[in-house]
Amino acid sequence: MTSLRNIAAIVEKEWRHYFGSPIAYVAICMWALLFGFFFNFAVEFFLRQSLAMSQQMEMGGGPKLSMNEYLIRPVMQNMAVVALFILPMLTMRLFAEEKRTGTIELLATSPITDWQIVIGKFLGALSLYMVMILVGMINVAVLWRFASSPPEWKPVLTGVLALLLVGGSFISMGLFLSTLTRNQIVAGVLGFGMALVFWIFSWFDQPTADAWQKVVAYLGITTHMEELSKGVIDVKDIVFYLSFIGFGLFLAEQSVESQRWRA
Amino acid sequence: MIEVTNLTKRYGRATAVDGISFTVQKGEILGFLGPNGAGKTTTMRILTCYLPATEGTARVAGYDVFEQPLEVKKRIGYIPETPPLYIDMDVRTFLDFVAKIKGVPKSVRKSKIDDAIEKCRIGDVRDKLIGKLSKGYRQRVGLAQAILGGPDVLILDEPTAGLDPKQIIETRELIKSLGGEHTIVLSTHILPEVSMTCGRVVIIAKGKVVAEDTPDNLMHRLRGAGGLRVEARGDQTQLEGLLQRVPGVARVAARSAAAGIAAFEIEATAGQDVRAETARAVVQGGFDLVGLQQVGMSLEEIFLHLTTVDTADAATAPAATPPPEPEPAAPPSEEAQ
Repeated sequence: MTSLRNIAAIVEKEWRHYFGSPIAYVAICMWALLFGFFFNFAVEFFLRQSLAMSQQMEMGGGPKLSMNEYLIRPVMQNMAVVALFILPMLTMRLFAEEKRTGTIELLATSPITDWQIVIGKFLGALSLYMVMILVGMINVAVLWRFASSPPEWKPVLTGVLALLLVGGSFISMGLFLSTLTRNQIVAGVLGFGMALVFWIFSWFDQPTADAWQKVVAYLGITTHMEELSKGVIDVKDIVFYLSFIGFGLFLAEQSVESQRWRA
Repeated sequence: MIEVTNLTKRYGRATAVDGISFTVQKGEILGFLGPNGAGKTTTMRILTCYLPATEGTARVAGYDVFEQPLEVKKRIGYIPETPPLYIDMDVRTFLDFVAKIKGVPKSVRKSKIDDAIEKCRIGDVRDKLIGKLSKGYRQRVGLAQAILGGPDVLILDEPTAGLDPKQIIETRELIKSLGGEHTIVLSTHILPEVSMTCGRVVIIAKGKVVAEDTPDNLMHRLRGAGGLRVEARGDQTQLEGLLQRVPGVARVAARSAAAGIAAFEIEATAGQDVRAETARAVVQGGFDLVGLQQVGMSLEEIFLHLTTVDTADAATAPAATPPPEPEPAAPPSEEAQ
């Protein structure tokens, strides 16, 4: 009970910071703007393709295009890359700032464990990210209102889950990197660089890949959202993301604890 | 309430705290005195479970800081040298957050916060952003944060550093008023602070305890090295010669005084009372004695006395050159009174 209360207090504090400053609004606005752009492009592309298809249909061929496959999925994948850019900026201050201003000493001398601090901060950033996803999903919701035949909702939900897990991985990694320095810029650049590296890993996910490339591709963060964004929940992918997040949090906790020993 | 036994902290090869032991009774205000870099902050950080000790043990309210840090942290309120404040929060929100992580139950949270706000007299800024507050107010918010939830022990690291004189006086009054209810350990390198607020002093230098006593006793112990101020009307050089001949007088130093008055400070050989002899000699020498005053050594001097001996020894040991005559660097002690 106490641990939940402590975690909640940290989450609330992070929210106050995000929403008490322009950070949350800027992040949500940029996210919404880019989501809108990508969604708009995707809709136009989808309409053009559908039109071409229907013309073929009149000539007696061509299936009906799936909105999930050709509209929502590309948007989700683009937004995963946008998350790669935005999330390190949300996580870079989490520990670096507390260390620079000395407030880490307040947390460390309060009756609250390092785990509670780490998890509270993770959930604080993750919940802001959830708000961002929700705001973006307004675009998708429009399809139900205006499309002649709405998309399937299950693949949309797994797509959201994929986006959430990818973002959670970036946040967990950024959180750990933020414990390493008292300089926010360093934490931000590290977080962004590492997120990029793990994103590039998924490029090795080719049919022609050899064993090593397969291993590297397996570590790619976005590799595992392929199936999810198609609507297929594979336990392997979920386990990958959860262990990635868990490992990041573990490293963060170890780092926070060990710095006191070394200090 | 606090028991520190043989506490040692090493950073790599440097030893910050070297086998410190002391105890603090319940309700006592202990002054932790030492120059910068003496190991005060490190000791306090160990007591608050922020740093682990290399050797030795520390117990707060019966709990070991290493074995049961959470129990210790529940009973301690702490302000580091720079108060840890979230500058983008307003005072109330900040205190609310602190109350939550300190586990103050919801039912009494509001009243405890109001209590702390009232005690630290920050009611008029309670809705202001901490980042907009002056240094003095920030310090008080830091203090409010520390006393929130009524911890048994308060650990204050240089609570008056960087404040203006008025704020310093206010902060000292505040700390004094908190004694009794809380057991307080406060560190400082400002001496008058200790004699004004603390019941007992631990002087540390280079990580070691060099003296531990009440401020009064410390002064008493070194009284022998204190001086006697003599003021008389008459010729300065004649008077000086006369005073030097008084038995038991070790040193005579001229002091500034009003026009027509010659003033000297006499240092007696340790333990000797030369007041009667001096007065008699002055009067018999035909001078008008206008003042005779015992100048007790101020803590400032004790401090210098206690902490420079060690350094001087260390400095002269490897060097072949003889040490320069140690001139008393402290100003005339009446200024401290």
